[in-house]
Amino acid sequence: MMSTIDLTLKIWRQKNSDALGDFETYILRDISTDMSFLEMIDVLNEQLTREGKEPVAFDHDCREGICGACGAVVDGVAHGPDLETTLCQLHMRKFKSGDTIVIEPFRSIAFPIKKDLLVDRSALDRIIQAGGFVSVNTGGTVDGNSIPVSTETAELAMDAASCIGCGACVASCPNGAAMLFTGAKIAQLSLLPQGHPERKERARSMVTQMDKEGFGYCSNEKECELACPKGISIRNIARMNREFLKSFLLGE
Amino acid sequence: MELNSRIPSGPLAEKWDSHRFQSKLVNPANRRKFRVIVVGTGLAGASAAATLAELGYKVDAFCLHDSPRRAHSIAAQGGINAAKNYQNDGDSVFRLFYDTIKGGDFRAREANVYRLAQVSTEIIDQCVAQGVPFAREYGGTLANRSFGGAQVSRTFYARGQTGQQLLLGAYSALSRQINSGGVTMYNRREMMDVVVVDGKARGVVVRNMISGAIESYSADAVLLCTGGYGNAYFLSTNAMASNVTAAWRACRRGAAFANPSFVQIHPTCIPVHGDYQSKLTLMSESLRNDGRVWVPKNKDDTRPPAQIPEEDRDYYLESKYPSFGNLVPRDVASRNAKEQCDQGKGVGSTGLAVYLDFGDAIKRDGEDVILRKYGNLFQMYEKITDSDPMVEPMMIYPAVHYTMGGLWVDYNLMTTIPGLFALGECNFSDHGANRLGASALMQGLADGYFVISTSIGHYFGSERINPVTNADAAFKEVENEVNERMQKLLQNSSGGPSGKVTVDDVHKELGRLLWDNCGMARNRQDLELALEELPKIKDKFWNSVYVPGAADDINQSIEKAGRVADFIEFGEFMIRDALAREESCGCHLREESQTEENEALRDDDKYSHVSVWEYKGDDQPPEMHKEHLVFENVTPSQRSYK
Ligand SMILES: Cc1cc2nc3c(=O)[nH]c(=O)nc-3n(C[C@H](O)[C@H](O)[C@H](O)COP(=O)(O)OP(=O)(O)OC[C@H]3O[C@@H](n4cnc5c(N)ncnc54)[C@H](O)[C@@H]3O)c2cc1C
Ligand code: SF4
Ligand code: FES
Repeated sequence: MMSTIDLTLKIWRQKNSDALGDFETYILRDISTDMSFLEMIDVLNEQLTREGKEPVAFDHDCREGICGACGAVVDGVAHGPDLETTLCQLHMRKFKSGDTIVIEPFRSIAFPIKKDLLVDRSALDRIIQAGGFVSVNTGGTVDGNSIPVSTETAELAMDAASCIGCGACVASCPNGAAMLFTGAKIAQLSLLPQGHPERKERARSMVTQMDKEGFGYCSNEKECELACPKGISIRNIARMNREFLKSFLLGE
Repeated sequence: MELNSRIPSGPLAEKWDSHRFQSKLVNPANRRKFRVIVVGTGLAGASAAATLAELGYKVDAFCLHDSPRRAHSIAAQGGINAAKNYQNDGDSVFRLFYDTIKGGDFRAREANVYRLAQVSTEIIDQCVAQGVPFAREYGGTLANRSFGGAQVSRTFYARGQTGQQLLLGAYSALSRQINSGGVTMYNRREMMDVVVVDGKARGVVVRNMISGAIESYSADAVLLCTGGYGNAYFLSTNAMASNVTAAWRACRRGAAFANPSFVQIHPTCIPVHGDYQSKLTLMSESLRNDGRVWVPKNKDDTRPPAQIPEEDRDYYLESKYPSFGNLVPRDVASRNAKEQCDQGKGVGSTGLAVYLDFGDAIKRDGEDVILRKYGNLFQMYEKITDSDPMVEPMMIYPAVHYTMGGLWVDYNLMTTIPGLFALGECNFSDHGANRLGASALMQGLADGYFVISTSIGHYFGSERINPVTNADAAFKEVENEVNERMQKLLQNSSGGPSGKVTVDDVHKELGRLLWDNCGMARNRQDLELALEELPKIKDKFWNSVYVPGAADDINQSIEKAGRVADFIEFGEFMIRDALAREESCGCHLREESQTEENEALRDDDKYSHVSVWEYKGDDQPPEMHKEHLVFENVTPSQRSYK
């Protein structure tokens, strides 16, 4: 049942990439437990606006857990306490009246903070640009049914393809690695026959780009898997490592 | 204003082919001399940008997100139609064409829709080749389902995440072109205006959403792929940043706007539950396959649903439409839910909801079967509402979902400004007065992958395009206007917020006005009232809206303010369009135009046309033009679901 709660928020405020940031404390009263976490921040932002202060900047768009735009570290956990749930799908009924909630941006060397909770995750785009595609031009493709794919493979590929590119895996990794994100794309395309012709080149370029962007290495902490709102499995990292190794072992 | 739809002559099935043959081409070696701006990188924009760059054109692409992968297309759940006839159940290009024309209540162009059905099959092949993980049958072939009441199974899907997978496919093609230098991608840029030089679209002025800088880009053609305007209503199933700004600014520069009042209201959304609510969540249409819709027979029956016995329940869809029952089309289901609630029989804390009950289906098929079919939807519902549909009936209510109206385009997808094209939900072209489920994804990709390349080649091949640069006076002029506009949005901000309103306050007011008077059911009196009220909202916005922060900084409040200001201006087009169309058709009921049984009554004698609105200045009403629709291959029939 709907009820209301009072909260203390400690939110990271930072003017821009160069400025030093710090936590500010805000009190919110009568927050409906039916609200989503982002609606709670909307309420805070309306309150701040009415007080003549600047609202908290944060990325968000679909509010349905699919666009990957939202995300912040809530009480030390990327996307907050609910398993397999993006911040926009987290609801305030997970909190109690009197709680203090600490909200920070996703932190990583590769994700510069632009303002408050808003970070630059374009490094992830550049990893995809390095090879996260099948090189087919528009037109002249074969009939869809001429490339059979077993349901099992299709399901595994779909599991990997469900990544929303939110970056929570990076933010939660002690090394700031982007292995889960990169592994998911490499796995999807190495599982499907369409991805086979370029698999060596793909694994090498994507991994190289990942390093260039300043992402760290995997030391098997498994924090990424826990934080991932889409339940992407770390088996995808193993698959990526295999693809990467094979790209050297088997030569050209 | 001259409206030339440029529909190719000849038999329907040969139009696209002969059009391609008659269109001019650009020599491959010359293509790199042409620059194309693509605004928006959802399904339509990403596919167009990638395809044009593959052909050798230079492409500059813009989106307001931090990455092209976040476009609103990502949220589409259900699937994408294609006339593959893989199921051997009698589907064909003509049948998909016919269903789409009929679904649109005979308010779309035959030639465009036929082309859409033709290229639908290539879309699937293209997406498969990219590695889109569509659902498969055990034998490894592509799986299909029947969607939105279609009698054939022609919908391709990737779990409940079809839009995501198709967008990621287009995004991967786009990424490949970014990597090879064919596309320059500008993220976090909001288009503020289009620049017209010598009557042709030659560029855009955008706001850099990180630095706040106003920047200009020039090109030889501009493609708007900026999505729909459902957020005019404040609450809708659209993503938060979906807006009308790009289309509206183009309209102010001379691009006519078609059917602005054609808005689809989806019947199965999670109801509004509080004033703080920011958006509405769609629950898949498929739920109506097994759920039964009901309300209490008596007003003021506040018992929990389980305590309301059968004889006190009104399964109004089943009793009113015995043959279709709970599976009546979207508009009929939506309208009837509203009607029940207007009669005071709505349920839930706000009285603006009806039940969708799975009790009988669970009894009939068992919990397992129902969970297998709808488990993930039930989970999503429970996450948001804290109520389990296996135990208690769901509550649903209609919500604004999709806009069939959009920039008017000819067969080439060109607007009334030469060199300015509109693709995807941003144009009006294929869905008439109502869109069928799983057809928006198809249209966005048809426009981007398969149609626009012909149009662009023809445009460059047949027009003389003089060189311009973004340093030209025309660009500086528009930049100045945009800068002034940003300052105007901040004009009330000195002196603090006291006594002022926030952007959301005004947006909610606009939303209520449109929802109450220009929503599912409309009448002259309400629409005239709305037309009187609208200027008051506009005054309130400009006189008392308080926008915090500065223009030369990341400022999400000023972003929102600019979009709401445009929704308000555009709202007048929606209301006037609704007022002028004195017939019920597609998604909306015009109360003055009903049958004796209170069903929607279309009026083909008077309204078999596209209403095309031309902006005439801020202090003048827009002028309406008509594009008459000619049906040579189908005979318009009245829909009946009794
Ligand atoms: C919840 C939901 C479910 C749906 N399910 C289905 C379905 O199952 N099947 C189906 O066929 N359809 C479905 N639809 C409809 C379909 O998703 C959309 O109509 C379609 O994806 C629109 O694609 P688009 O490319 O035209 O626009 P969008 O995907 O909306 O992309 C718009 C692009 O424009 C950019 N943009 C917008 N304004 C500006 C600006 N001023 N400056 C710069 N960039 C700008 C954005 O950044 C974005 O890149 C659904 C819609 C919703 C809301
Ligand atoms: S792997 Fe998971 S956490 Fe990482 S970007 Fe993808 S969805 Fe987000
Ligand atoms: S806002 Fe889209 S995933 Fe959260």
